[in-house]
Amino acid sequence: MLALANIDAGYGGFQALFGVSMSVNAGEAVAVLGANGAGKTTLLRVISGLLPAMRGEMTMEGVSLRVIAPHRILETGIAHVPESRRLFPRLSVEANLKMGAFVPAARKRFAERLDYVYGLFPRLKERRHQLAGTMSGGEQQMCAIGRALMSGPKLVLLDEPSMGLAPVVVAQVFELVRRIRSEGYTVLIVEQNVAQVLKVADRAYLLEVGRIKASGSAAELLASDEVRRAYMGI
Amino acid sequence: MDCHLDIFFLEAVLNGLLLAGLLALLALGLNLVFGVIDVVWICYAELVMVGMYGIHYAHKGGAPFLLAALLGILLVALAGALLHVLVIRPVLDSAPINQLLVTGGVLFFLQAAATMAFGIEFRNIGIRLGSVNLMDMSFAWSRLLTFAVALGGMLALWLFLTRTYMGTAIRAIAQDRQIMPLMGVDQRKVYLVTSAIGGGLAGLAAALMVLQYDIYPQIGLQFGPLIFMICVLGGLGNMIGGFVAAFIIAQFIAVGGSCFATEWGYAIAFLFFMVAIFIRPQGLFAAKS
Ligand SMILES: Nc1ncnc2c1ncn2[C@@H]1O[C@H](COP(=O)(O)OP(=O)(O)OP(=O)(O)O)[C@@H](O)[C@H]1O
Ligand SMILES: [Mg+2]
Repeated sequence: MLALANIDAGYGGFQALFGVSMSVNAGEAVAVLGANGAGKTTLLRVISGLLPAMRGEMTMEGVSLRVIAPHRILETGIAHVPESRRLFPRLSVEANLKMGAFVPAARKRFAERLDYVYGLFPRLKERRHQLAGTMSGGEQQMCAIGRALMSGPKLVLLDEPSMGLAPVVVAQVFELVRRIRSEGYTVLIVEQNVAQVLKVADRAYLLEVGRIKASGSAAELLASDEVRRAYMGI
Repeated sequence: MDCHLDIFFLEAVLNGLLLAGLLALLALGLNLVFGVIDVVWICYAELVMVGMYGIHYAHKGGAPFLLAALLGILLVALAGALLHVLVIRPVLDSAPINQLLVTGGVLFFLQAAATMAFGIEFRNIGIRLGSVNLMDMSFAWSRLLTFAVALGGMLALWLFLTRTYMGTAIRAIAQDRQIMPLMGVDQRKVYLVTSAIGGGLAGLAAALMVLQYDIYPQIGLQFGPLIFMICVLGGLGNMIGGFVAAFIIAQFIAVGGSCFATEWGYAIAFLFFMVAIFIRPQGLFAAKS
């Protein structure tokens, strides 16, 4: 579904990604693991067009992403739940969801998608008139995921959905991720919470200072020395 | 000083209320543009001036007033969009002072162009709506109409901002610019639409003002500073704050003008503004709500 080949990217003179190649197949949940500053957010920003790649090739279902304007990437079926959620804090929950359905194709199905998202996350329906910025962290993450689902995407990019949340809430958020997986969405999730994310993911890549250092099935990575040493303190 | 709580005082208060409608409409367009694009259109009142001339000449050329007003609104909406594309877009990433200076340049350009094209004479559209008398008070119909239409225009904008996708995007973009592409929103288009609406509001104000005021190339100087004062007092970019501030300032102008002399009304309003801004530099209401 999604394929990256030799992607370089960075900020001004600073290079953050070096020849990253990876792929996500339809129906999979793929995780990208990495420490702070490894380039996980940069990777997702490159895929969704927020940051132009410097070199390399990227395709979504065979369509080259590098030639598409950033605001058109969503139409290829890629929805991005950004780091630290980035809801519109002074818009209501429902207005946030409406923003998720901004593209013409999604507008036509707004009522249907809204029912779907409210069905998936009843809490959002209860809170639909509340300002998004006044909700709890877990609820906000729910809203951010709901907003991404409003466009009816094929692939959902999740950037550290558990960041900044209490342990109980982290478990709930991974439950949400499992739920959208079972709804048939393909998922690319970036995380530092290795133990949790590898329970959800089929496959994973290990990113270290901008380079892919290891890849394999979730079980393989969980057993690998690199991951055990770096992230699980074993 | 001649100030008693009599019928003339009440008349001044009510006239202040009517003036507030117009000032609130003027402040709204400027606040909308600033809230979304983060650039102050120093030449905002000059866009109104362009609209007033447009409506004046369309009417003189034979168009009925309503048609002339509509043409004027479209003209200034187009001017707002052009201002954005030709002047603002190239300096979007420049320092705020440069952005101020270029729109300041447009201010002088429009004044000079109007003087060259139309001369310095005061022109009047020549429509007299008369006035209505209530007890010993008298209110010009043009002011009553202005108040009603200004409120109607603001209500229409509010409905647009809360009910439509583009309106929601306009509110959202002021809260988080960077992630708009993730919503499939083309920021350039939102800016362009916002600029056209900002211009359209200036055009609506122009259509109302030709019924009350003479038109001359420097009329922007009469209103421009007042509009900025209201916007800053309400918190620049805060549309509701601007609305409330317009009602406060209009009372100072109307009541101050009635108690002392008309000119003093403006001076008192500015004095209040300076004190208020000294106490609350961010405006009476926090910026951008
Ligand atoms: N806007 C920016 N300008 C310059 N450098 C940046 C910018 N954003 C990120 N970087 C740098 O790029 C590198 C990768 O950052 P990135 O945000 O992708 O890391 P990350 O893996 O998401 O980290 P975290 O787990 O802390 O979110 C870091 O060294 C960071 O300092
Ligand atoms: Mg990150």
